[in-house]
Amino acid sequence: MVSNPFAHVVTKFSEPPSASDYAVDKALRMIVQGAAAVILLLVAYIIFELGRQALPAILSFGPGFLIGTDWNVQEKVFGILPEIWGTLYSSLLALFIGGIFGVAIAIFLTQDFLDHRLSNVFRTIVEMLAAIPSVVYGLWGIYVLIPLIRPGAEWLHETFGWFPLFGTDLAGPGMAPAALVLAVMILPTVAAISVDAFRRVPYKVKEAAYGMGTTRWEAIMKVMLPTASSGILAALVLGFGRALGETMALAMLIGNSNQISLSLFAPANTLASLLASSFPEAGPVEVQALMYAALALLAITLIVNVLGLWIMKAATRKFEGKA
Amino acid sequence: MALASFTRRTLAACTLSALAFAPLAHAEETQLTGSGASFPFPLYAKWAKDFSKKNKDIQVQYQAVGSGAGIRAFIAETVDFAASDAAMNDEEIAKVPAEKGVVLLPMTAGEVVLSYNLPGNPELKLPRDVMNDIFLGKLTTWQDERLQKANPDVKFPDDDITVVRRSDSSGTTYVFTGHLACASDEFKKDVGHGKSVDWPKSFVGAPKNDGVAAMIKQTPGAIGYIEYGYAEATGQPMATLQNKAGEFVKPGEASGQAALASAEFPSGDLPGYEGTPDLRVWVCDPEGKEAYPIATFTWMLMYQHQDEEKAKVLRDFVEYGLNEGQKSAPKMGYIPLPANVKAKVEEALKLVGGAE
Repeated sequence: MVSNPFAHVVTKFSEPPSASDYAVDKALRMIVQGAAAVILLLVAYIIFELGRQALPAILSFGPGFLIGTDWNVQEKVFGILPEIWGTLYSSLLALFIGGIFGVAIAIFLTQDFLDHRLSNVFRTIVEMLAAIPSVVYGLWGIYVLIPLIRPGAEWLHETFGWFPLFGTDLAGPGMAPAALVLAVMILPTVAAISVDAFRRVPYKVKEAAYGMGTTRWEAIMKVMLPTASSGILAALVLGFGRALGETMALAMLIGNSNQISLSLFAPANTLASLLASSFPEAGPVEVQALMYAALALLAITLIVNVLGLWIMKAATRKFEGKA
Repeated sequence: MALASFTRRTLAACTLSALAFAPLAHAEETQLTGSGASFPFPLYAKWAKDFSKKNKDIQVQYQAVGSGAGIRAFIAETVDFAASDAAMNDEEIAKVPAEKGVVLLPMTAGEVVLSYNLPGNPELKLPRDVMNDIFLGKLTTWQDERLQKANPDVKFPDDDITVVRRSDSSGTTYVFTGHLACASDEFKKDVGHGKSVDWPKSFVGAPKNDGVAAMIKQTPGAIGYIEYGYAEATGQPMATLQNKAGEFVKPGEASGQAALASAEFPSGDLPGYEGTPDLRVWVCDPEGKEAYPIATFTWMLMYQHQDEEKAKVLRDFVEYGLNEGQKSAPKMGYIPLPANVKAKVEEALKLVGGAE
């Protein structure tokens, strides 16, 4: 009897999916759809619950809440414009600094500047930044970063004091240390996802670019970066979202002062830090106002994400030529 | 064969009895949970630990979540007791279910001190008007002649004063602004008295006592208010303050007790609870010559009517805190209760559990 010598290689020929395959497929689809639905329901519930608790505040303060500049519990006057300003200003600064460094790191790690194994080690190190607890970043800011930037900040203020960005003296905590720490905190998110975006670009694209006679930097700036742009933008949107919601490190570093100032060295406040600072001791009326503020933060995050998606779509169309 | 079956049966019996008794043994342990003010947390945590060590079957858990959150938990009946630096106001007391009732007990006391960061850590004397103007945001530089006059030996730096305040709503702020509002109408009008107030915008806020302490330590030219216990623990300089009698007094156990001894408790009962003494009292600006100007009690909140077994454990715990517990207070930066206050608390404690 001659046995089939390839029996151990080919055990099954291509055949239509069996009934059990269909069942598994169907079950998986149901589980995934269920999970997605649960997430949607959860978000809807959070919005509903926040809205319910904020309703008295919304009715009594109205839209004036969003443009008021005082938070005075004694007189029951609540306004969050300085916090909205501080939230957006600190997050944008952090996005600017963290974005530049994050993308630069991604280019450095993926564009053959380093040996492959070495770049993996570096990537792991950058990603480990994400594992450091927020409160440690806060302490690091107080004990290391603020003393470090104080001489430079004083010099900037004394020399360029007329320029609004350097309009005040750095007392200690303020916008600059907060934004710098935020930038470090979003760095792993931006870098890791940008690295993935670059790695997803087919190798042939780069080969083709070199084949056209580009230099390395031309290839990176004119071919790789635009091709990976949608992934990089996604990384930036995620990083920005993280910066908007960061609580503890900011509560420790931003100075928690309800003022609107362009100066990098003035103390400011953010919505998340206002919530974290005020919630534990808040009385009933203040809790309603805080819920209103939380709703505003949620709305800002939502708007930023939608805007980000929209920009991403536009960019993809422009750079990748997709419809 | 017979032996094997005997062994098996014995084993089964043992397992069964072990199973039967395990839950019983477990049920004997009593758990007390409390939450609230962070200011007395180190002391209450020590009491809880020592008390549980003496009474093996009792576990006391205390979480420092803030006075306001403690009161909320108490009203929601999710704790066995709560703690608050600002006791409870009438509105909050009215929210506690009437069939539960409230007993408010001052358990220990503390001082609020002003800590600062000046070159060489000199001793700093602050006259009343100077302190007031600093915290009104009117006095902004260390090169002020009133400061120099009060401290002729100190060489002040050519720095602006950076005032560090609490960014979170807190009992410490309540006590500190209480004193300033008592001493100055202008402060009361411009900044106000409360757990979080309308500070001048140039002030820098930091969360919790340790946040303010760290910020002062790191910022040249800074001044801010923290609890005495925290200043003591971190070895930070504390300003000598001028009291109502005009004397300059250092913070400490004796000056704190002198301040609290002048406290006059209200004569009436707690609103809505006849027969329950009202032990809410503040000394916002004590009269005595030796009195440190900023001192306060901190309270435990208990239900009056509750399960007698648990109430007994609670009473034992408070009793322990009032006697043994007070001994560890000064070492940890708290002021032991004056004898007259302790007697009042012991009297009020009998009401917990409803058994006269």
